[in-house]
Amino acid sequence: MRSEIVWLRYVGRRTAQGLIVLWAAYTVSFLILYLLPGDAAALAAGGSDQDAVDPALVAKLRSEWGLDRPLWEQYVTALGRALTGDFGLSTQTGRPASALLAEALPPTLALTAFAFVLSIVLGVGLALTASLTRVRWLRNVLFSLPPIGVSVPVFWIGLLLLQAFSFRLRLFPSVGDSGFVSLVLPALTIAIPSGAFVAQLLARSLRATLVQPYVEVVRAKGASEARVQLGHAFRNAVIPTLTMSGVLIGGLLSGAVVTETVYSRLGIGRLVVTAVNNRDVPVVQIVVLFAALIFVLANLLVDLVYPLIDRRITLARSAFAVA
Amino acid sequence: MSLTRTRAASLGVAGAALAVVLTACAAGTPAAGPDTSSASAAPGGNLTFAISVDSQCIDPQQVGNNDAIAIARQTVASLTTQDPQTGDILPWLAESWTVNDDATSFTFTLREGATYADGAPIDAASVKTNFEAIQALGAKATLGSSYLAGLKSIEVADPRTVTVDFSAPSAQFLQATSTFTLGLLSPATASVSQADRCLGKIVGSGPFSVQSYTPNQGAVLERRTGYTWAPPTAAHTGDAYLDTITYVVIPESGNRTGSLQSGQIDATSGIATTDAALFQSPDFWSTNRANPGVVYNLYANQSTPKLADTSVRQAIQKGIDREQITSSLLGPDDKPAVSALSSSTPYFTDLSAELVYDPDAAKKLLDADGWTVGADGIRERDGEKLSFLVTYWQSPKEVLELVQQQLRQIGVDLQLKFASIADVQAAQAKGEYDFSYGNLTRADPDVLRTVFSSQGTNNATKRTAVDPVDELLAKQAATTDRTERQKIVDQAAALLITDAYSIPIYQLSTTITASKRVHDLVFEASSRLDFYDAWVTP
Repeated sequence: MRSEIVWLRYVGRRTAQGLIVLWAAYTVSFLILYLLPGDAAALAAGGSDQDAVDPALVAKLRSEWGLDRPLWEQYVTALGRALTGDFGLSTQTGRPASALLAEALPPTLALTAFAFVLSIVLGVGLALTASLTRVRWLRNVLFSLPPIGVSVPVFWIGLLLLQAFSFRLRLFPSVGDSGFVSLVLPALTIAIPSGAFVAQLLARSLRATLVQPYVEVVRAKGASEARVQLGHAFRNAVIPTLTMSGVLIGGLLSGAVVTETVYSRLGIGRLVVTAVNNRDVPVVQIVVLFAALIFVLANLLVDLVYPLIDRRITLARSAFAVA
Repeated sequence: MSLTRTRAASLGVAGAALAVVLTACAAGTPAAGPDTSSASAAPGGNLTFAISVDSQCIDPQQVGNNDAIAIARQTVASLTTQDPQTGDILPWLAESWTVNDDATSFTFTLREGATYADGAPIDAASVKTNFEAIQALGAKATLGSSYLAGLKSIEVADPRTVTVDFSAPSAQFLQATSTFTLGLLSPATASVSQADRCLGKIVGSGPFSVQSYTPNQGAVLERRTGYTWAPPTAAHTGDAYLDTITYVVIPESGNRTGSLQSGQIDATSGIATTDAALFQSPDFWSTNRANPGVVYNLYANQSTPKLADTSVRQAIQKGIDREQITSSLLGPDDKPAVSALSSSTPYFTDLSAELVYDPDAAKKLLDADGWTVGADGIRERDGEKLSFLVTYWQSPKEVLELVQQQLRQIGVDLQLKFASIADVQAAQAKGEYDFSYGNLTRADPDVLRTVFSSQGTNNATKRTAVDPVDELLAKQAATTDRTERQKIVDQAAALLITDAYSIPIYQLSTTITASKRVHDLVFEASSRLDFYDAWVTP
């Protein structure tokens, strides 16, 4: 009974923290967009012929969109509407910002989900192979791959993969969305740095775990190396990786921004890039909120999963325990 | 110990990766020149065309961006067409017209039998509906509004005759009727919302119709059957050859190059100059045309005291080595400016005698004006430095960087700020800038009035007083006689150079690069793409 109350309190506290994070993300991005030079009304009115902007139309658009109001009034109005679910209309197209997000979501979800799976598979696979292998030179080579993967920019990886597998070998399409085959290269582009990140963390923590006393005990009892590593050490070694999965998801999203531009894919990444360039505040705000929400949920989920993986970690009974 | 081994292994792996990269990036060997086909056209097939940006609108009456125009132009026919070689206005949907002496009244007689894609007849009433709809769009249709400026009334005498009256002379209107902006859409489209029109819910009069449009991804146009009103500038009559045109949006330049090389797209106008060498084989062809209109100019803000001074502007104009800019920074098809107008504009005259690179004359002008060279090499007068700020977004950014270097030689300091379109607009809205930078494409010399006249819609030089050049530009707008108009345009263009209202740099041009399976994809008079005669090898 008590432990359920402690659990509920914990979730409640985390939810409150999450809401604060969302509010802070909304406010900071609002301020940044306000401070950036450039006027959404002039950009929308001017089209591409930027010399021929009609000042009367710009003034009309500004008053229509409330851009001539003082900063605090714009903020409170926008926040108030956001709380009721109304995120306003895109200044570029006049369509509801929420509709644009809903349209951009599925392709990005498909891409990041596939990339996530790939990065876990690649990262865990690499770390475990490096750890299990007895071949010295192979182990050194495998341990040296993650730093390279993490340091190379996503943009460059994308262009390289395109050059090699799309333009030279013609195995995959370079543009558009023709189903699964269009997902492979973009997902790989994101998965390489993310997977390298996972591999680095896991390899290091496996090394640390394997020198723990209880591992010695399991070995002394006659377990095979594979059983030792996979059956015992892995569950504990994976915890730091799990902690960082929030960062990993952030990396997936930012990787998506670059990858969607390089591969000309529709998605949230391209949506937010064009929105920022055109100072389309409603669209940027809803994307920022969405990204913050994903972060908060991912971290909450990770914290709730901890006790299932490592029974040493439990929620403290006291209200002042560190979460 | 193992650390050193790991490091050695790292280097080995990195070296191997680098080797793979270098082989992947190795360019193909260039071979013979571009291929020109003369085989006979085969109907059918699809052409995939890559564009670089999507301005999220494909309504021909609203668009202004070249990539959007590549789509929108194919969906509409216009009252007239313009010959790309001579600049003459020829019949299209209107088979004849009359213009009164002071260019205030234009009467068009429409041809028989033309229909919109939904079957509605292209009659005088629909022309009226179109022009009124453009006016109703207001500044969502900036180009259309400028063409129809001063519109007084539109009279429908009978189903084939329509008269357009202006309150002031408007000689540019006839050329305007040949543009995509005044292309005709079905009356049903006039009642569609502006946002939906942008999304492609339009019914046109041209050889193609919109099949689908996904913003930021691409569009598909399909052939419109029953199209029998091809203009005389076209190479054939009847339906277009292509079944469909598929446009894909590829924002990244390397991706466009690779996609064209690997055959994933058939043609594009967005190949970077540095990649042009990759397409010098018989498997590809390319063609180039200068964009008509006002060339890339540095527009001086003449409401500031330093730039209101003609000597200063003249010195800057003489201090720019246009040849050096085009030969070192741009491709072989980009030419230095020889007038404020580009060489493909009707009524263009070569003014290279007036527009010379003469740094010595520039220095003399500044000396005579009281600007002495300071310790840092920049001229100053009464404690004020001859320093200017220009904020710009147009690529390639190196052009103005070279101009900056060249102007330093004559003691002028040009401060550059390369930023996004939003930043440039912000700077211009505040009015706190010295120079702006840009061009304007239009196949009519009236573009000089739009850009440079203090009474023009752009007034790029921000002048308030009416100068003699403004009177000349207004006069050419009211003259319909060709020889007379040529004289006035020549006078105005020369004055723009000699009094340094215009500080031109280079002519923008467009290059189409295509695979050898594409034929007869050409430019029309405004250097926009025309797919009507295009066909693909089956």
